[in-house]
Amino acid sequence: MSQSGEKGKFPETAGYVGFANLPNQVHRKSVKKGFEFTLMVVGESGLGKSTLINSLFLTDLYPERYVPGAAEKIERTVQIEASTVEIEERGVKLRLTVVDTPGYGDAINSQDCFKTIIQYIDNQFERYLHDESGLNRRHIVDNRVHCCFYFISPFGHGLKPLDVEFMKAIHSKVNIVPVIAKADTLTLKERDRLKRRILDEIAEHGIKIYQLPDADSDEDEEFKEQTRVLKASIPFAVIGSNQLIEVKGKKIRGRLYPWGVVEVENPEHNDFLKLRTMLVTHMQDLQEVTQDLHYENFRSERLKRSGRNVEEDVVDKDQILLQKEAELRRMQQMIAHMQAQMKMKEDE
Amino acid sequence: MTPLPYSPSGPPAAASLRKTLGPDLFGYVGIEAVLDQMRRKTMKSGFEFNIMVVGQSGLGKSTLVDTLFKSKVSRKSCTPNYEEKISKTVKLQSVSHVIEEKGVKLKLTVIDTPGFGDQINNENCWEPIVKHVNEQYEKYLKEELHVTRKRRIPDTRIHCCVYFLPATGHWLRPIDVEFMKRLGKIVSIVPVIAKADTLTIEERLEFKQRIRQDLLANGIRVYPQEEYDEDAEDRIMNDRIRESIPFAVVGTDKEHQVNGHKVLGRKTKWGIIEVENVAHCEFANLRDLLIRSHLQDLKDVTHNIHYETYRVQRLNESPHGSALSPYPFQNGTTNNSDLESHL
Repeated sequence: MSQSGEKGKFPETAGYVGFANLPNQVHRKSVKKGFEFTLMVVGESGLGKSTLINSLFLTDLYPERYVPGAAEKIERTVQIEASTVEIEERGVKLRLTVVDTPGYGDAINSQDCFKTIIQYIDNQFERYLHDESGLNRRHIVDNRVHCCFYFISPFGHGLKPLDVEFMKAIHSKVNIVPVIAKADTLTLKERDRLKRRILDEIAEHGIKIYQLPDADSDEDEEFKEQTRVLKASIPFAVIGSNQLIEVKGKKIRGRLYPWGVVEVENPEHNDFLKLRTMLVTHMQDLQEVTQDLHYENFRSERLKRSGRNVEEDVVDKDQILLQKEAELRRMQQMIAHMQAQMKMKEDE
Repeated sequence: MTPLPYSPSGPPAAASLRKTLGPDLFGYVGIEAVLDQMRRKTMKSGFEFNIMVVGQSGLGKSTLVDTLFKSKVSRKSCTPNYEEKISKTVKLQSVSHVIEEKGVKLKLTVIDTPGFGDQINNENCWEPIVKHVNEQYEKYLKEELHVTRKRRIPDTRIHCCVYFLPATGHWLRPIDVEFMKRLGKIVSIVPVIAKADTLTIEERLEFKQRIRQDLLANGIRVYPQEEYDEDAEDRIMNDRIRESIPFAVVGTDKEHQVNGHKVLGRKTKWGIIEVENVAHCEFANLRDLLIRSHLQDLKDVTHNIHYETYRVQRLNESPHGSALSPYPFQNGTTNNSDLESHL
């Protein structure tokens, strides 16, 4: 025993097993395998969704962009367009799928515009469920939507009825991250007012948006502070840009106006950096919540639905049994009553 | 605001008379004095102007109207403790004020349309507005057809409808096209790009071009309409305006210090957007169009063209010349329940 005690005292030499090395192995394997992430962007036309995606990932996801005129828009329904791009940074590969929803909110009557979107999300869950229950599970492709950026127009006074209805319909299926688009149209005071208004309305309607997880107690102060700041800035007010402008000798992404230059990556001008930080730091968490919460909800709903037919017969049989027993008891009471009456007559 | 009623005809007749008949024979007749008399009369009676603002909630309609007339004339400034809530139906609210400048009085009525385009299903959201415009024409027509008419028929007809387009930078939306198609036939529409501080200059030009193409493709006539240009001078002036519609505007009621003097503007971390600076936005152009140069023209177009079209249509419907077939109300009077007038 004393020997093991001695071993405990000198972990490096004798008692060191070596499984502390596991995270490194996991890391190496995941880097080799690469990451998959599916991001859905939803919002009205002209809110700068495509520009923001290009700015976020520093790519041009939409090189041959064609924006349809009003005449074509009248007849269109919401389309789902998924584009995949492989981004590599420092040896880490990310397979990013961006699901765009052109046509959302364009029509005069937008009653049905989110049916297509909900169907798409459900289809991805369905496909994953099917693959998971299949025989060959080695190469399951995860196309489930991990995160949905919902673009809120800065022109309104808060959420529009369409925004509320849509978010209520999908908050139990996907992680919603509300984003205020084209934030360069708001002064600082207007931005704060709008953010507060939106948060109030979200709480009022009981919409569950994605909550950033609190930093663990063993993380360093800087990370904790960063998480606090991120949590306080939701919804993020962002600006996107595809153009490089020269400011003070440096080339930066921004928008040039006659009255000044708006810098996309300047934290004083907008929350773009915060959005990018949030996405990058919490990509893993977004995937986990999708898997553990939304997918499991979907799965249990589906399985419950297909198993309900069997249970209903059993329930019926129980009810019939109870009914028959009650009838029997009533009849027995009646017989007893009649017997008592006959006895009384005999006595008379 | 110009105190003088704008006269579309050329220089006064006295000058041409002098040329043909020689200065010695007639000298100065004094016909010019008519202008003075007109000016005095109109200054005494004042002017009326009814402007309607249409657009989704939050596009800055009330702020723009306040900025245009440099006074608190919108419905938001008139109701204390105003709480912005999206209304479930399209309501029409009208607010009237009398504003005065250099002795000239203007009775300004601003008709606002909260609830337009804000719902999930916006089908037929333009119907209450079309109904209201036609009701005003009907009221005026009834007054005109009376045997004993008032000297000055109260004019509640909509002289101008400012339609607010959100600055998306792409094209017109289906709801914009539908609205402008229907209203363009009965009232003068002036489309503006609202909250234009989100568009760079290139984006703004592209957007305007696309909008003009869309308007042409859909046969929508906006003010100033080409067919009502009276002479070459008008046409040149109006062509210049037509090349730059829709105006990209920014509105505000706050003042800031720029280079030593106070300007109306919006202050952001990257600069101050001066509302009245033509290099920044086209608010000054809109103001000049609506107030300084074309206010009387808007009224004339409404009276001579839109109202006459309505009148001809109505009179043709009835079997006799002067009797009107009943207007689609049971009691024959207009429904005032959704108009709130504050004077």
